[in-house]
Amino acid sequence: MYNSKYVISGLVIFLAVFSYPFWGNLASKDYTGPKLSLPTDQKQCIEPVEFMRSQHMTLLNQWRDSALREGKRVYVASNGATWDASLQKTCMSCHTNKAEFCDTCHLENAVEPYCWTCHVPPKGNE
Amino acid sequence: MKRSRRQFLKVASLSVAGLGAQLAAGGMTKAAAAVKPSYKEDALALKAKRWAMVIDTREFTSKEDFDACINACNTAHNIPHIPGKTEIKWIWKDAYEHTFTDTTNKYQSKEIEDREYFMLCNHCENPPCVRVCPTQATYKLESGIVAMDYHRCIGCRFCMAGCPFGARSFNFTDPRPYIKEVNPKFPTRMIGVVEKCNFCVERLDAGKLPACVEAAQGKIHFGDLSDPESEVRKLLEENFTLRRKPSLGTEPGVFYII
Repeated sequence: MYNSKYVISGLVIFLAVFSYPFWGNLASKDYTGPKLSLPTDQKQCIEPVEFMRSQHMTLLNQWRDSALREGKRVYVASNGATWDASLQKTCMSCHTNKAEFCDTCHLENAVEPYCWTCHVPPKGNE
Repeated sequence: MKRSRRQFLKVASLSVAGLGAQLAAGGMTKAAAAVKPSYKEDALALKAKRWAMVIDTREFTSKEDFDACINACNTAHNIPHIPGKTEIKWIWKDAYEHTFTDTTNKYQSKEIEDREYFMLCNHCENPPCVRVCPTQATYKLESGIVAMDYHRCIGCRFCMAGCPFGARSFNFTDPRPYIKEVNPKFPTRMIGVVEKCNFCVERLDAGKLPACVEAAQGKIHFGDLSDPESEVRKLLEENFTLRRKPSLGTEPGVFYII
């Protein structure tokens, strides 16, 4: 092969750079999710944590339609507890720290919800 | 090793079946974990087939009488105070000739002509705003209230063009800086949406009368128009009342005792 010296060393460099995400990640630390400041006085969210983590926007959409269109403003959770279907009155009364609860996760995931252009975050966190 | 077509198909079909089974199992566990939502009304909620308001205009004599109601509404709903033409209005007052444009009697009671009258969304039976809204951001509830869903409003202002009462305001700027004290129990609005009086549907659903009715201390009455025994129907029977622009056929739900 002509210029095998250059070709082979070039190939090796290319493979090293190309596969960097794989071996680079093997060497680095495990990814840890952002640390959220959870309410101190509440242990139980309205639904199980896993559900809230993945489905909170679905739930809020349902709350909105139920409250505004049907006038049904009380949510009956899967464990039977009842909640005011309101982002401001229910969610934000426990999660009083918007900056360290909502924002940390949304920043990490590059999600920019515009809830706060209308809904009022709890005082002291603006 | 050479593989026959038959052998290949056997392996391929098995692997597809295996993959399918796995997906189905995963789907089932997901479905089991899903939450079955259920919603109900507040036990205290006030109910009516057709909400209506009767304003006793004879009782509103001083600026304080009007201001009490306007301020109650403003604080309840985070209505900004923006001076000038871009102001936001839910409930406001205006002169006789602006309120009752259809009456054209030149020589009538000076006292009535000099009075000021409350204006607000009339929560019409045939609301033109609802008909022209392309996104159903404004809609009529079963109780007759014309409500707004600000999540859906795209700010096209068709409803403002449709409303013959000028009861809708557009947010030309972010209203937040113009709100003196934000009420954390009610959202504000954002730039680019149309807003208006909602007959305090959020208070009715919680068993309370509208904020202006409460603040008026008996000068404004609120009740079910479809119920002959209701307070508003009795007042309509006993007093001479007007509605705004009746010739348009929108059937307003706000009545004025003259």
